[in-house]
Amino acid sequence: MELISPTEFVKDTVQTVQDYAQLAGQSVANLFRYPRYFADTLQQADLIGVGSLPIVVLTGFFTGAVLALNSSTTLQRFGSLSLLGQLVSVGMVRELGPVLTGLMVAGRNSSGMASELGSMVVTEQIDAMRALGTDPMKKLITPRVVSTVFMLFFLTIISDLLGLVGGGSVARGLLGMDWHQYWSTAWQALTFQDVFMGLVKPLLFGFIISTVGCYYGISARGGTQGVGRATTQAVVASSVFILLVDFFATKLLMAIFGYQ
Amino acid sequence: MAAPPSAIVERAPSEPEASGNVIVFENVSIAFENKPVLDGISFCLPKGESKAIFGVAGSGKSTILKMALGLLKPDNGHIYVLGEDVTQMSEDALFDIRRKVGIVFQESALFDSLTVRENVAFRLLEEGNISDDEVEKRVRQALSFVELENTVDKFPAELSGGMRRRVAIARAIITEPEILLYDSPTGGLDPVTSTTIIQLIVKQRDVYKTSSLLVTHRLQDAFTMASHYFDRKTNEMRPLPPGARSEVPMAFLILRDGKVIFDGGAHELAQSKDEYIREYIS
Repeated sequence: MELISPTEFVKDTVQTVQDYAQLAGQSVANLFRYPRYFADTLQQADLIGVGSLPIVVLTGFFTGAVLALNSSTTLQRFGSLSLLGQLVSVGMVRELGPVLTGLMVAGRNSSGMASELGSMVVTEQIDAMRALGTDPMKKLITPRVVSTVFMLFFLTIISDLLGLVGGGSVARGLLGMDWHQYWSTAWQALTFQDVFMGLVKPLLFGFIISTVGCYYGISARGGTQGVGRATTQAVVASSVFILLVDFFATKLLMAIFGYQ
Repeated sequence: MAAPPSAIVERAPSEPEASGNVIVFENVSIAFENKPVLDGISFCLPKGESKAIFGVAGSGKSTILKMALGLLKPDNGHIYVLGEDVTQMSEDALFDIRRKVGIVFQESALFDSLTVRENVAFRLLEEGNISDDEVEKRVRQALSFVELENTVDKFPAELSGGMRRRVAIARAIITEPEILLYDSPTGGLDPVTSTTIIQLIVKQRDVYKTSSLLVTHRLQDAFTMASHYFDRKTNEMRPLPPGARSEVPMAFLILRDGKVIFDGGAHELAQSKDEYIREYIS
């Protein structure tokens, strides 16, 4: 492993943060500038949103199911199995739905964006686009950011719903609970704050997934090996960012809503 | 003609706007990872002229083309393209200049997810104010120029290296740019395909009078350009009659160790006494 001086390391880190912040800022600023690429945004929404649907459905369903299964033994010990619906709904909507959907979409799409844009960089397609008078930030990055944020919001709702269905299937099929009781407790337990918290997070996570994926792609260097490295870094960085931001967003929203 | 330069000779650029030069490099330097690649080079490209840039690998030839388009910024100096100082322009302002300049990249740089039609029409489609019929007509015209009309629905991966290079030329010329930049357009191609590409460049120079910078490793390509003209009647490249070579607007520029060591015509180059140049052209 090549050793670098602390000065170089700090310089590189500051440069990376600056470049990422610039890319993230520009991706948002471009929303208010012409030209706007609706067709590219729709195409990306299809690739990111519809394409991620199978993994999100499976993840949501089985997370809800396993959450119900694990919680049932503890709840049964206290004679509170009737609270299973409440536990699954709050757990899924507030935390597991957004985070697991975010992580799954990060694994699938952050890597996809990094490899696609990285390949375009190393084959000079990005330079060609700039040379042809088109801003790659507007044409390639903003559509990906917009569509990821938009689609992750709806994918999270689907995941939450499938999680509740998964939990309900275990409650009904394996634990013999009344279907109606499960759903009424699940529904009644949800407050506005829970739903708000669960729907703000995918917006943040979608932004992280797309900007991190695009950043590593657009800054890929060193041929195919560099593209591979960028792809790995994009998945690792976006997953870690999601978990970090999840903690701080939860803490902030809990403080705002006065959770004890 | 003046005696050929045997030492470092650089053509001093005059007022860029008034001189009729479409590209002017003024004392331009650039370094990558603290290694100087170009060290205070100056040259100019007069309107209508083609200039071939030579130098060993890593001497900064492609960097010159990228700097001319504002894709890279020099560390020092000024670059004027069509009278505008591109070193001082923002990315948004550069897009206007880039619309007047076409470039053919070393490896073609075609968009691999788009068909040949979409690649060639890219600039027109991005401008968005041209009807579909007009776009189709101009795509056909550009592809007919490079004799590839039958490839419109193919993807770049389905084409040979030479065909990709020709599609890249069609993409560069579709908006009839005032300047064309060719980055090793014949690199890695067989002699027959290389001659076809050079014929297209000569056709663009002689028929449309487009100014161009040509980066190449192949000296014979540039000498072919200097010794041939495009005959519109036969639609073929033909050798110039003896004594008519100076009538072709063709110049040569040689880089060495980050400096311009030669900037002049084919005759001056052939007469050069500089040892390095003699070795280079032999």
